[in-house]
Amino acid sequence: MGAAASGSAARAIPVARELDRVMRSDQGRLLAALTAGLRDISLAEEALQEAAISALSHWGRTGLPASPQGWLLQVARRKAIDRLRGITRDTRKAEALTRLVADEAAPEPEAIPDERLRLIFACCHPALEMKSRVALTLRTVCGLDTAEIARAFLDAEPTMGQRLSRAKAKIAGAGIPFAVPNAEIWPARLDAVLTSVYLIFTTGYVAGPSEPRDLCREAEYLVRLIDKLHPNDSEIEGALAMMLLTVARRAARIGLDGASLPPAEQDRSLWDCDRIAEGRAILARAMQRRGPGPFQIKAAIADCQMANPQPDWPQIAALYYALWHFEPTPVVTLNAAVAMAEAGQPARALAIVEGLAADLSDYQPWHAARAALLLMTGNRTEAVYAYQKAIILAPGPPERIFLERRLARIAV
Amino acid sequence: MQYMLLMYNNPAVEPAYGTPEFQEMMGGFFAANERMKADGVLRSGEGLQGIETATSLRIKSGKVETMDGPFAETREHLGGYYVIDVPDLDVALKYAAMIPSAHFGTVEVRPLMNYNPAG
Repeated sequence: MGAAASGSAARAIPVARELDRVMRSDQGRLLAALTAGLRDISLAEEALQEAAISALSHWGRTGLPASPQGWLLQVARRKAIDRLRGITRDTRKAEALTRLVADEAAPEPEAIPDERLRLIFACCHPALEMKSRVALTLRTVCGLDTAEIARAFLDAEPTMGQRLSRAKAKIAGAGIPFAVPNAEIWPARLDAVLTSVYLIFTTGYVAGPSEPRDLCREAEYLVRLIDKLHPNDSEIEGALAMMLLTVARRAARIGLDGASLPPAEQDRSLWDCDRIAEGRAILARAMQRRGPGPFQIKAAIADCQMANPQPDWPQIAALYYALWHFEPTPVVTLNAAVAMAEAGQPARALAIVEGLAADLSDYQPWHAARAALLLMTGNRTEAVYAYQKAIILAPGPPERIFLERRLARIAV
Repeated sequence: MQYMLLMYNNPAVEPAYGTPEFQEMMGGFFAANERMKADGVLRSGEGLQGIETATSLRIKSGKVETMDGPFAETREHLGGYYVIDVPDLDVALKYAAMIPSAHFGTVEVRPLMNYNPAG
């Protein structure tokens, strides 16, 4: 008896490890395949969870199946059918059941169709709040758990759990399609997807790589996946290039004294040459497609920031003006003005920045930019006040220390 | 799925009767109606009289309370609706965007529940 027990225990460890590996690498794909039939993310998640629990005991007894992914998918489908049989009075659920039974009759799937693009478009639908889109995409496609997502967005876990439940209920209840959008609505919907992924990226970039799940890596994974599933799209490539060209500078972003550093002052030896080379190659390929868009422009700006020996400011200013045609926001105008000042027109830039006061007086970078421009145009007294205001509003120590050092230079 | 497209707008910013803008709006409604009919998605649709004609009712402790006026005193009022039958939210949003009042008001898109009390 003891030998039998220790035998199954010995087998349980590799089984658990294999299940963990499969779930880590293929959870998004399995969930997408299940949701394609069920049209209900919550039900798909619960069924997959139950299948994983069954796998632990089954695989422990019978050994690993030839296709663990196919096994999980088939068992999850059966679990979903069991659940649906209880509630078939609802006509939509009955339809899902019919689809599932048809799927189940198929032989064990070795090659599971990749439905993740449809899942991504459903999760990033503009009928959902931005934060919910991001959270749901991280949950379903990247496989982060609720606690990890809550931590990344500085939310309490129950709050994030409720947000995820509400979003899944809205997808099912409002009839958000589980589909890749048609050409008519493609540009707007792709923008909603890429903007959501970009928010994942910037959240990770600000937090730094110390978090257990690095959101910059998750964003890069997502945009590479979208590029693979929908190749030859200039804006998808633009988004990927922009992330690569930005994350390449991450290790150099903060100086030894803890101050955030602009690209011109960074230690170039810390930049990731492989990512820069890949980002540039992808951006060049995207631009050859002659379908300009905001992400390609942002990638080009990130590239110009790294020009040797210093950023190509006239080009950056021109790119921000081009971006303004896609995103006519005060923040884009502010960035254009900053580049214009660096390119040699600080007085004109200052006039533009002063004109944004009504829109941006609560926006910390506006105060920081205004301080720098006041100093460039020789107004030291006003610059000191502006720096003090920017320091009070600084989002974190790196920005605060950077501004304090700038202020100290004036005071001397 | 059936969706109700609820048209909310502020009468103060609506095009005034008799102006070219009013004509254009009515032309837009006509075009939207024809399109929905031609596509076979239109189930029903009506415009509502102004809120000065509205009466609201609720029952409190078994007693019917009747009030003059609409449910909520806001600038934007429910002015009319369409019910359409389409496969999903994306298609419903496409038709909602054809409604001219979306240019000066808001169109709320809500799925109908799965039963019909009218049988």
